[in-house]
Order: sequence, then C-alpha cells, then structure tokens
Amino acid sequence: MERDMTVKSIPLAATSSGARKATDLAAALTNWRVLLSIAALCLLPWVLPSKALAVNVLVYGVLAMGYNLLFGYTGLLSFGHAAFFGAGAYVTGIAIGQFGVPWYGAVLLGVIGGGLLALAIGALSIRTRGIYFSMVTLALAQLVYHVALQASSWTGGENGLRGFTVAKIDIAGFSINFLDPVSKYYVLMVFAALALWFVSRILNSPFGAAIEAIRENETRARTCGYDVERTKLISFVLSGLICALAGTMSALHLAFVPLDVLHYQTSGMIVMMTLLGGASSFFGPFVGALAFLLMEDVFSLWTSHWQIIVGSIFILFVLFLPKGIWGTFLARVVR
Amino acid sequence: MSAPLLAVENVGRRFGGFVALDGVTAQFEPNKVTSIIGPNGAGKSTFFNVLSGVLTPSTGSIRFKGQNLTGTRQHKFVHLGIARSYQITNIFPELSAHENVRVAAQAARSRYNIWRNRSHFPELGERADAALDSVGLGGKHNETAKFLAHGQQRALEIAIALVSDPEVLLLDEPTAGMGPEETKDMVALLEKLARDRTILLVEHKMKMILGLSDRILVLHHGRLIADGSPRDIQADPDVRRVYLGQNDGYA
Repeated sequence: MERDMTVKSIPLAATSSGARKATDLAAALTNWRVLLSIAALCLLPWVLPSKALAVNVLVYGVLAMGYNLLFGYTGLLSFGHAAFFGAGAYVTGIAIGQFGVPWYGAVLLGVIGGGLLALAIGALSIRTRGIYFSMVTLALAQLVYHVALQASSWTGGENGLRGFTVAKIDIAGFSINFLDPVSKYYVLMVFAALALWFVSRILNSPFGAAIEAIRENETRARTCGYDVERTKLISFVLSGLICALAGTMSALHLAFVPLDVLHYQTSGMIVMMTLLGGASSFFGPFVGALAFLLMEDVFSLWTSHWQIIVGSIFILFVLFLPKGIWGTFLARVVR
Repeated sequence: MSAPLLAVENVGRRFGGFVALDGVTAQFEPNKVTSIIGPNGAGKSTFFNVLSGVLTPSTGSIRFKGQNLTGTRQHKFVHLGIARSYQITNIFPELSAHENVRVAAQAARSRYNIWRNRSHFPELGERADAALDSVGLGGKHNETAKFLAHGQQRALEIAIALVSDPEVLLLDEPTAGMGPEETKDMVALLEKLARDRTILLVEHKMKMILGLSDRILVLHHGRLIADGSPRDIQADPDVRRVYLGQNDGYA
C-alpha cells in the first residue's frame, strides 16, 4: 500500500541523519495520518480478494478504532462494546424499517442511540476499576443482548432484524446504487473517513492529552487536576459514538441485523482486532480488523474450528508482539 | 505571626477500627518550610493524604485561605493552589519529560476541549520548559520519563507539581531512594523553592530536615506530640523518647 512504499523509500541507516529522517517520517505519518489512512482504505477493494471482505474491514476497522480510543488511549478494558455496535445497527434498522426514516436520519439516530447507551453504561461502570470495570461492562452488555432477544417485535429477536434494505443513496441530486458493491464501499468509506478525522481530532486535542495522562497514571492525572471520572466518561461516550457509527454502517451494508452483533463474542472480537493491529496506534485497528477477517476467511476454509487457530495466533501476539502488527511495524521502522 | 495560609482543626482519619490520624490541629504560615516527622506508621502519609484531598478526614476540618476544603474532591486541590508529590515516584512513564509537565500545566487551562490542537496553547509548553529548567532537567526535555535516572524522575515529579504555581507544596520524601549527591541537589532545589512558597515536607533524613525547616511537627501513633522550631524539637524530651532515642538510625 502507499504508506508502506513511503516508508521503504527512506534509507534507514543508523546514522544520526538516518535517525533524524526516521523522526521526520514518524512526524509525517502522524501529521498526515488521516489522509494516509483514507488513501490506504480507498485502495483496499482493489487489493483484497472480495469487495465484501473490504466492506467488513471498513466496518470492523471503524468499530475497533472507536474501541481503541477507550482501550488504547484511555486505558480502559471494556468487554461490552458489542452493545454500542449493536445499538447503532438496531436503531438504524428500526428507524428505516419501522418508521420510514431516510437513511441519513437513521444513521444519525443510530449514532445518537449508541451514544446514549454508552452514557448510561459508562456512568454505571466508570467508577469501578480494572477487572471490575471489564465485568460490569460485560454484564451490562449482556443485559442489552437479552433485552434485544426479548423485544422481538422491535428487533426480530433470534431471527435478527430484516426489512430495511437501502437500495439507493441520494445525495445532492446524485443517486448512488447502494446495491453495487463498489459504490457501497465508497459510500461507507465516507463514514469511515469521518470517523478517522474525528478520532484524529480527539487525539490531537487537549482532551487527547488528558486521556493519555489518565492511561499512563490515573493517580498522577488526578493530582494534576483532571477530573478522572468525568474524563473517562466522556471518552467512553465518544468511543461508543464511533462504535455505534460502525453499527449503522454494518446495518446499511447487510440490510440485516443479526442478534449476534450484541453477543459477547462480538465484544471479544473487538478486543482481539484492536490488540492484533496494535492498541494505541492510529491505524492499527484497521490492520487488526483486516488480519482477523483474512484469518477467518482462510482458516474457515480448512476447518470449522478456525477460532482455535485465530485464538492461538492472538495469544502469540499478546505474548510476543504486544504492540500488534501495526504498532510493531511503526516501532521497528519508524523510531 | 502572619495569618495562616492553611489550617487543620482537630483532623482525624480512621480505617475501620484503626485510628491513623487522631485530632491534629495546626496552622501553616506562608513561605515557611514545615517538616512532618515521626516513626513509620506515625500517620505522616495519612496526614498528607488528608491535606491533599486523597482522603477525606473522618473528623475535623481543613481550611485554606479561609475556605473550608473538607470533602472537596481531590482534583480540585491543585486548582486551588495545593500541589503534591508522592513518596513512590508518580509520573507518566511513557510520555516525554516535557509532555509530563505540559499535560500537568494543561489541567488548569483546558481539560475537555476536543476542537483545538494541543499546540494551540503554546504558553503551556513554555511553562513546562521553565519548570523543567528550574528543577535542573534542562537537557532532558525530550527524554521518555521512564528512562530518566531515579533522581531525575524525582525532580520531574516536583516540576509536575511546580508548573501549577502552587502556593502550598506537599513533598512526600522527595529524597527517598537517593544517594548523597542526588540528595544534595534536591536540598539545593528545595532551598530555592522555599524562598517564595509554603512547603510541607515529610522526610526521614534528619540532618536535611534540621537544615531546611523553619518548623517541625512530630507525629506519633497519629497524634501530634510536638510542634516547634528545629531547636525546640531537638530538645523536646517526648520527641527524644519516642523518636530520636529509639531510632538512632534516623539521626
């Protein structure tokens, strides 16, 4: 991809000028991270074996990126982020299918719905720490799962939610055929680009410095004058908003919301994708989503127990490459 | 005697059945160095934690510039003008020395803004630079904090506390784990800071305490057993009995 080519064209001798160039490269990668990421993702459908896989990388990349804001940058290990992904998907599907809301309104409602759910779950979980935080988020997300299962007149229960196919997207007089895989990809790419910009915006901001400080040392951050609980809650909600956006993208893409989006396996998958790609790296979540989905595609051809292989690889990563694929690449090449 | 800047009135703190701090009353005047000493478990750390809002006192009250701080949440203390360091080095390990101090300065200026860039507040970077220079870390701005030497990390923590320009600085064993050379640098730094700040110091190095302090408080089993000038404290029979006499190693 384009980004890799840039990196390879720079000589990496261990001279001082080489080191300085590497620093310049790191700065350039940071300064241009949004445009570089968008460029890389725009190429994706033409590099990958199928357009469907590319769309999934987009959806799960945005999901993992939203999660990474909380996990990688704020240092909070949530096991309940499927709830926000699912909320975005369900609200969008219900808005279109049962209320006839146009697609853009449905996307907005999905994001807001996911954000409100994040506010509620965040407010209840943020005061606990460590494993307790993870368990409270898991339990509350399970609650959401069971509500969706029971409220089948709204959600379709076990059968999932259907009947809200978006066939075309009308923007400014243009009518885009949303059933065409390439058009669909680039429409969803616009959402992904917005999410990339938004996360980069947050990381560049004073708030971004505050969450990093909390990740590094919560006691010190509090002593420096940061309201740690409030900052964490805001980060939790921002993270939930982005994951909900991924949910709405998924709903538009599939024209179907399976109940599984809310399952705790989805929450686990989000954690795995983020760690595989590299927590607290900007583009890592997309790399992680790509790696996970590729492994799933390849290994599920061999065996129905593909998760054993993916799980083993995941464990190896956690043990030996804790920075993930992209994080390790950045650390090795761009020091 | 000028008006007290900080005053504690009958402050106590219990943990279950254990009384860690028992009815301490004291006033602190501006621009003086007060050391708090006592054997291990005397309640020094609890006293500091109460004074910096880490712990809410079980009894009594804390007043700062006439304002009652009892029950105020911890993160507000530094904004009011009370900053502290910790006994065990407490910094942001993965951040650069400069970012450690800059993010501390930022807390007074911008905490929740996501629409501006960090670089929108250049004065914060300048203040961080000045604070690092003042603690003798002039050449280490871009060093990652975890790679600094122990003494430098202690100095960094003081820069983090100083950058808020606090009126009261609580220093919990700033020379803990330091060798003689590093201790000497720290003492010189504290002497410089003491000129225009109120400093409360918990320390075990007796020579350093006697040299630096305008006044010494002695805690024993959570009680304040002596309060006076270094000379008075050295002569105090109670102090000699419970502290100096039994713990020659500290002297």
